[in-house]
Amino acid sequence: MIVVEQTGPLALITDRGRPGLAHLGVSASGAADRTAYDLGNRLIGNPPRAAAIEVTAGGFQMSVDTLTWIAVTGAPTQVRVNATPTASHTPIVLEPGDTLRVNAPPLGLRNYLCVRGGLRCPRTLGSRSTDTLSGLGPPPLRQGDRLEVGVPSKDMPGIDLVAPNQPRKELELDPGPRRDWFTDQAWRRLIGTAWSVTNECDRVGVRLSGARLSRQVDGELPSEGLIRGAIQVPASGQPLIFLADHPVTGGYPVIAVLTRRDADHAGQLRPGDEVRFRARHRP
Amino acid sequence: MAALQRQPMEAVEEIVPGARSLLLRLRRPLTHREERDISGRECADPVGEAASEVEIEVDYDGEDLEEVAQLTGLSREEVVSTHTGQSWTVGFCGFAPGFAYLRGEHDRLRVPRRTTPRTRVPAGSVGLADQWSGVYPRRGPGGWQLIGHTDRTTWDLRREPPALLHPGAVVRFVDRRA
Repeated sequence: MIVVEQTGPLALITDRGRPGLAHLGVSASGAADRTAYDLGNRLIGNPPRAAAIEVTAGGFQMSVDTLTWIAVTGAPTQVRVNATPTASHTPIVLEPGDTLRVNAPPLGLRNYLCVRGGLRCPRTLGSRSTDTLSGLGPPPLRQGDRLEVGVPSKDMPGIDLVAPNQPRKELELDPGPRRDWFTDQAWRRLIGTAWSVTNECDRVGVRLSGARLSRQVDGELPSEGLIRGAIQVPASGQPLIFLADHPVTGGYPVIAVLTRRDADHAGQLRPGDEVRFRARHRP
Repeated sequence: MAALQRQPMEAVEEIVPGARSLLLRLRRPLTHREERDISGRECADPVGEAASEVEIEVDYDGEDLEEVAQLTGLSREEVVSTHTGQSWTVGFCGFAPGFAYLRGEHDRLRVPRRTTPRTRVPAGSVGLADQWSGVYPRRGPGGWQLIGHTDRTTWDLRREPPALLHPGAVVRFVDRRA
């Protein structure tokens, strides 16, 4: 059993999400930085969909009442067991009564606290993920919450330390389904200028400010499907990167789409960051 | 979409219908044969699964009923009878779990969205926007013109399936006071 002592700004239960239900208006949701979440589960011998805690901007603290292996991945950060600082990106054993704290990362935004055996709570539509847009899944964690831990099913992989995936701020993209709604100048501005992450930054999407991206096609776009990593340009001309809790359809054109790997890096962007884009393929 | 649901392809993880498009999210790149397979699928039957018809009872007491009457040039009674007098087909779902965009048989009730969206629309509100009608599955923000409300739940996790409406389903609205 895990007891949540402090949550920090936002701590949620997450896993690989609930794909396959978009035709009912249900977004896949799941970990915002999948690379980090997957790595955390592998480090402690969990199956790939074991539920973990997504910590946003640190401040998370918990205690355990039995021997528990955990790992913290995501943005490199300091982790404390009782008063002793230790590292993220390594398996950590907690003895009964130990307290674990995840501090705010100096760079990047999110950490994945994976627990050997996985977190057990009721599933909603096949997943334990909290979808902050629709409200599906468990509510965000609160002080005093008690979380049940499952039984481990595989051996530990026997790895002491993995290299952290450093937060990256130059992200790779491909042209999106409505690239042709935008001028060539807009494309050159997208990949040639720096963008600033605004305060409107959450699991649904990251709004950027910078050069204005102009369209060459007028009129409204009939709503069409969206995916994680899509860069949509609403009427303001300022792009928005969709993350894990994106709506399933949108009525504004998508000029580009991040590669899957860099959609994970987008999950580590925080307000004030400067980000640039690079086309994956030379035209 | 119906063709892909009847004979699923292993490479396709998710199908997202839009107003006039279908997005396929793939697990891996398609082979040439798979690409030809998709292009060749029958698109003749847009309705797909046996067109289930759903009746939704509505109290036509929406805040924007008068506004819709003015915008369409109809009387309030005519707005109601035009809404109930045609069948509506689910084009696609989006915006929220269980929210279905319903396409009518003609354009007589076509109205723009409200210039100022509401921050709180009650669950079960029945609305109009552009060529669509819809029922809000839960309370939240919304910019559609509200003409009534229903007690019918369009999204309920305790029900199987949780969504009342899916792409292709046909809806008829009924005036509860008639």
